[in-house]
Amino acid sequence: MSTKGRPGVVVLDYGSGNIHSAAKALERAGADVTVTGDRQKAMDADGLLVPGVGAFSAVMDQLTAVRGGEVIDRRLAGGRPVLGICVGMQVMFADGIERGVDTEGLGEWPGVVEPLKAEVVPHMGWNTVDAPEESVLFDGIRDERFYFVHSYAAQDWHIDPDPKRRPAQVTWADHGGRFIAAVENGPLSATQFHPEKSGDAGIRLLQNWIASLRR
Amino acid sequence: MSLAVRVIPCLDVAAGRVVKGVNFENLRDAGDPVELAALYAAQGADELTFLDVTATVDDRATVYEMVQKTAEQVFIPLTVGGGVRSADDVAKLLASGADKVGVNSAAIARPPLLNEIADRFGAQVLVLSLDVKRTAVPGRTPSGFVVTTHGGRRETELDALDWAREAIERGAGELLVNSIDADGTKDGFDLELVGLMRELSTVPVIASGGAGKVEHFGQAIAAGADAVLAASVFHLREMTVGDVKDELRREGVDVR
Repeated sequence: MSTKGRPGVVVLDYGSGNIHSAAKALERAGADVTVTGDRQKAMDADGLLVPGVGAFSAVMDQLTAVRGGEVIDRRLAGGRPVLGICVGMQVMFADGIERGVDTEGLGEWPGVVEPLKAEVVPHMGWNTVDAPEESVLFDGIRDERFYFVHSYAAQDWHIDPDPKRRPAQVTWADHGGRFIAAVENGPLSATQFHPEKSGDAGIRLLQNWIASLRR
Repeated sequence: MSLAVRVIPCLDVAAGRVVKGVNFENLRDAGDPVELAALYAAQGADELTFLDVTATVDDRATVYEMVQKTAEQVFIPLTVGGGVRSADDVAKLLASGADKVGVNSAAIARPPLLNEIADRFGAQVLVLSLDVKRTAVPGRTPSGFVVTTHGGRRETELDALDWAREAIERGAGELLVNSIDADGTKDGFDLELVGLMRELSTVPVIASGGAGKVEHFGQAIAAGADAVLAASVFHLREMTVGDVKDELRREGVDVR
């Protein structure tokens, strides 16, 4: 827990991702940030950020090595917020297919992460997103672009809404076809783009997430 | 709306300091990469590229510190090129906060380096940087464009288009195509070269070399560039990144 009155966020350090930038951007956005691979600290934090860069299978191997999936499962079971970024989002889905190899993901959501169908890949640069009105992450940042760099994405969302729960908020973007740019589903949120590299718009998105941590 | 064209200022750095041609009177320290990076980010730069021109290995360590300080304060993507010789060099740069790494002469000397980097970190971190010119030797390369080293002073035997294809095959996620012929002329980008690269490339193409007027950037984009890079016109305050984007917007190009 934070000692400074700011929400405490752990950036999960498991050997993947640009954790340095993510940590600094979260600090800028108002969080009390700890970068660690320690499971107890990751469990206890107000929010857990799961970064991820590189191949889906490599990220899964690295996450598994520190039993990261277990931490994420236990947090979500207790309603404790988790934010996945880039491949840290992709591994939340059931499967990832890269270079023809199918790797099992954490399976928090059904669906497959597949190659983008655009002529120019990686999808690299600043793109617009189509966020639902109810989105908390995109509250007040409707007409901004965010920085993407990826060759794979989840391109379908099929969870039937549970009438007892707030429906998942799914944000879409387009690069040679529609793909999922962000998801807010109960305590689990994720972005395919890099908020920590998306300038002021990205910082504002992180502020929205941080503000939601203690509701 | 779709993916925006990127405008990328490039800074030459040595021993952690910006060298060459920077003219900002309002900066406390025109040699401070962090301060310049923040200024360009505020102007709307979509990415920043640092080209490390450090001569000695001892000074190389300063680049890591510089990248780290910049990444702590400027929340847009950073590419670092110059002197990258191994996948371990890439690991250090990424750990310091770089998002992408430019590889040039080390890949010419040993092409499998590209595979090693892409396999370990993914294609999205790997920018192949090419210094290209029209060869002075008739018939040296099929396309007439040759890859050079030593800042364009030495021609290799590599056809620029073949090398670009091979690099993509080996895992390069982006091409930074610098025209030695156009570089420094301020007469505009080498549009023929940009067009040929766009035609063959399945990865994003950054056009570099020759920018002198705001109109030049739209020409490179019309020729097929996904991003445009310039150095001196920004450093010498002949135009801002914002000026370039205003012009592109006027021309109907999607920019951030």
